[in-house]
Amino acid sequence: MTRYEIRWHGRGGQGAVTASMILAMAAVYEGKYAQAFPEFGAERRGAPVRAYTRIDDEPIYTRAPILHPDVVVVLDPSLPKELYLEGVKDSTIFIINTKKGRDDIARELGVGKERVFTVDATRIALETLKVPIVNTAMVGALIGVLPLVKLENVERAVRETFGGRIAEANVVAIRKAYEEIRAGRVEVVG
Amino acid sequence: MAVQKAEIKWKRLPLSTNYAVAYAVKDLDVDVVSAYPITPQTTVVEKIAEFIADGELDAEMIHVESEHSALSAAAGASATGVRAFTATASQGLELMHEVLHIVSGLRLPIVMTVATRALSAPISIWNDYSDLMNTRDTSWITLIVSSAQEAYDAVVEAYKVAEDPEILLPVMVGYDGYIMSHTYEPVLVPEDPTIVREFAPKNYDRIKLDPDRPVTFGTIADPNWYYEFKYQQVEAMMRALKKIEEVNEEFYKVFGRRYKHIETCCTDDADVILLTYGGIYGTFLEAVRKMNSNGEKVGVARLRTWRPFPAEDIVKALGSARLVVVADRAISYGARIAGPVALEVMSSFYGDPDAPQVMSVIVGIGQRRVTEKTVAEIVDYAFRVLERGRVPRESLYWGVRGVRYE
Repeated sequence: MTRYEIRWHGRGGQGAVTASMILAMAAVYEGKYAQAFPEFGAERRGAPVRAYTRIDDEPIYTRAPILHPDVVVVLDPSLPKELYLEGVKDSTIFIINTKKGRDDIARELGVGKERVFTVDATRIALETLKVPIVNTAMVGALIGVLPLVKLENVERAVRETFGGRIAEANVVAIRKAYEEIRAGRVEVVG
Repeated sequence: MAVQKAEIKWKRLPLSTNYAVAYAVKDLDVDVVSAYPITPQTTVVEKIAEFIADGELDAEMIHVESEHSALSAAAGASATGVRAFTATASQGLELMHEVLHIVSGLRLPIVMTVATRALSAPISIWNDYSDLMNTRDTSWITLIVSSAQEAYDAVVEAYKVAEDPEILLPVMVGYDGYIMSHTYEPVLVPEDPTIVREFAPKNYDRIKLDPDRPVTFGTIADPNWYYEFKYQQVEAMMRALKKIEEVNEEFYKVFGRRYKHIETCCTDDADVILLTYGGIYGTFLEAVRKMNSNGEKVGVARLRTWRPFPAEDIVKALGSARLVVVADRAISYGARIAGPVALEVMSSFYGDPDAPQVMSVIVGIGQRRVTEKTVAEIVDYAFRVLERGRVPRESLYWGVRGVRYE
């Protein structure tokens, strides 16, 4: 595997930073090198937040923010698209929490459908966690599209982070999003 | 050393640098921790409090009302001969300032970590090294690290250096606030901390406050003796340079990771060598490696030991370059060369007719973004300076609005 750079976009309170961390933790459990860090704003509930995860088989030295991501994960469909389209490449993959389908989103973003994946993570979070905190579901969706880390290691990271019943509810959310996004698409990327 | 590194069983954990520090404090069996919360340091002591609550560390946690008190309480504890720790950042470090001098003057081997952060006003919770650089003349041994792993390792080394009977000085371990303090990355932690405790055993056998053998600490020293006390600090600081080197080598033998006063990459036939410190060294390193693969004669170096200053190592590591560019993240206001490390590098070469030219660049103030592109632009500028043969006599304030360098 070459280096993978993932940029997470959400709003304060949705857990984008935790999502970036959980993915990195899972990669570390697999013996990979990983780095997770937020774009350090004065975080407040509702304000746009971004966080980063790098994964590599080799040690990672740079500490620069990710300007040209391989993957963009959008936790909040109400974010202005300019925020998450910033610096994207022709190959950037988009994973978006929305009720809409891939075609609609691809058209809205002006990118090829093959690079866009959607999941209704808010519904999944409400069903499983009873709160619209979509971060763990979006991790599940991400690894459903790109097998960057194994599902079991994401679950381990979630159990390390939350513990108890909250962890188990999040594990269900991850599995659900993972399965839904896999069922909803034909081609496998990566 | 009785224990060989092959015998160490490691846990590979995803930790922030703050958490890596907390693990080191636990594994070193520190006796007293006193601290006052300030971002971005707070999660260090939060994690330590968790370790104490879970029974994984048997230590006194002293909750105080300010950083001034935090270091004062650590000083009192350390004076009784136990192993004391504290952590802070930014305004907290500034509030401690007078106590910093007292701790080193009393020769108390306290270890403190600093998640470096810009200073008010205006308020910035973000990173630069203004706080740490202000402590330059406090007689604290100061190491600046560039990864979470190195933070763990440096805290272990720090106690071994600090408590050495030949040294007995406090040690500060600095790292980038946020850029490192809140970044998760893999860290190797020994499954059994015994090896850490054997490597850095506590020195309870020093002059201390003991009711059975009463002594007085920190009395008045009149003009007939004060100077000698201070000269002893001068000597201990200079001895620390060698001691840190020895401890680095011992650490390598036991744990398999090697640290130096200065780390270099690609410097052998480089015309331009960049020097920086802390977390952004990694960004510089990746940028320079890429430039090297494109055939550019540029190298990069990282200063790890800031106090005592390893002047001879600087000359050895950078002396072959035509131009040395020092990227500082602090400003000495009103100085022509405003970068603290740049000044020290220039003084290292003072009087040497074959010395390279030195250029001072200020970056990352208040966490102004530093990317590989920033590094490439600085290198381009450095080569233009070489062509013109005229090195700027003032620091360059890289990336600030309203200032352009042609």
